[in-house]
Amino acid sequence: MKPLVEAELHTYIDGALSEGARAEIEAWLASHPEDAERLRAYAEQNALLRSLYNPVLDEPVPAALLAVRPHAGLRYAAAAAIFALGIGLGWIVRGMFNTPQMPPVSLARLAATAHVVYSPEVRHPVEVPAGEEEHLVNWLSKRLGTTLKAPKLAPLGYELVGGRLLSGPQGPVAQFMYQDTRGQRLTLYVSRQRGEPRDTAFRFSQEDRVSVFYWVDGNFGYALSGEIRKEQLLQVAEVVYKQLNP
Amino acid sequence: MDRRLIIEHIPRLRRYARALVGDRYVADDLVQDTLERAWNKFYLWRPGSDLRAWLFTIMHNVFVNQARRRRYEIEQAMEEVPAVSVRATQSEQLELQDVDRVLRSLSPEQREVVLLVAVEQLTYEEVSGALDIPIGTVMSRLSRARERMRQLLGAQGVMPLKVVK
Repeated sequence: MKPLVEAELHTYIDGALSEGARAEIEAWLASHPEDAERLRAYAEQNALLRSLYNPVLDEPVPAALLAVRPHAGLRYAAAAAIFALGIGLGWIVRGMFNTPQMPPVSLARLAATAHVVYSPEVRHPVEVPAGEEEHLVNWLSKRLGTTLKAPKLAPLGYELVGGRLLSGPQGPVAQFMYQDTRGQRLTLYVSRQRGEPRDTAFRFSQEDRVSVFYWVDGNFGYALSGEIRKEQLLQVAEVVYKQLNP
Repeated sequence: MDRRLIIEHIPRLRRYARALVGDRYVADDLVQDTLERAWNKFYLWRPGSDLRAWLFTIMHNVFVNQARRRRYEIEQAMEEVPAVSVRATQSEQLELQDVDRVLRSLSPEQREVVLLVAVEQLTYEEVSGALDIPIGTVMSRLSRARERMRQLLGAQGVMPLKVVK
């Protein structure tokens, strides 16, 4: 019996073997119990990984993924036309890399996580209370390396509670907290974004019970979180955005 | 261009992405980036060739570029164990969690190969094409990854060997 190479053993559990090859491997395994045991463990890994991830196939596909379309249709058409004319590949490559970047969903998650951690706090919801607003804003501005503003949301019924400094993947993060007369709290999460400055539209993410509107403006990402209805939160988010971009 | 061609592959792209990065939201982000790039490059796809393999290639490239930007390392700190089938018994669930944890401990290169072979059931040749690596590299990554998983699972003593169903 000629010795089998490792690759042939794997072929045995991954299928696509001819009858002859299968018989040859089975003969080998019959006289090599350690290899047989090993293959049994590998086959079990296959089965476990499939039962772990096959359920994803039955999940409904998020609408956002079904909605993905070729954007910049004109650029695509122009690129295709140029391609057809054989003018060159360089332009197409350029077009491909022009696709606008999405703000990472993680901004929403990080903000929602921070919201969930700090908004239920009764005694220490913030590090610096609204009574020292000027100090709070100067301090957070200095740490984030930009000029921050704490939006005024009183007309919407939300008073500033204060703010705190958090740590995020890109360094310091500012969190401002607001609450209404019933104690319903909103938090605004401001963090520096990696990469080139860019602007994005508002995006919405439902992170368990927390609704989050988030957007990127230049070098900073903003996320407004609250356990309130999406429509109500959107109103506040629009006011926040307008105050930050007068 | 027929949208349905790509849309029907979304569930499998999501399965692979979920297994690759762990976190549901990060995974769907990866799928979204992949779909956008696929749409914008669709004219490069040769009709008649395997669209699924082509989409895996695009996802691989997006994943590698993003991993290079260290994005997923951050995300992994927030990882969740993916939902398991409701039919799973408690002990099966434990096993599944162990397998998932061990899967995360592999290098991204090894994880890609294991998942494309074991879950997506691509042939070794297809994996070699999708990842743009020689077939010998596919085999050595596969072999090392499987052995590492076996060692880790065996060492924990939580996964009794049993007959595969």
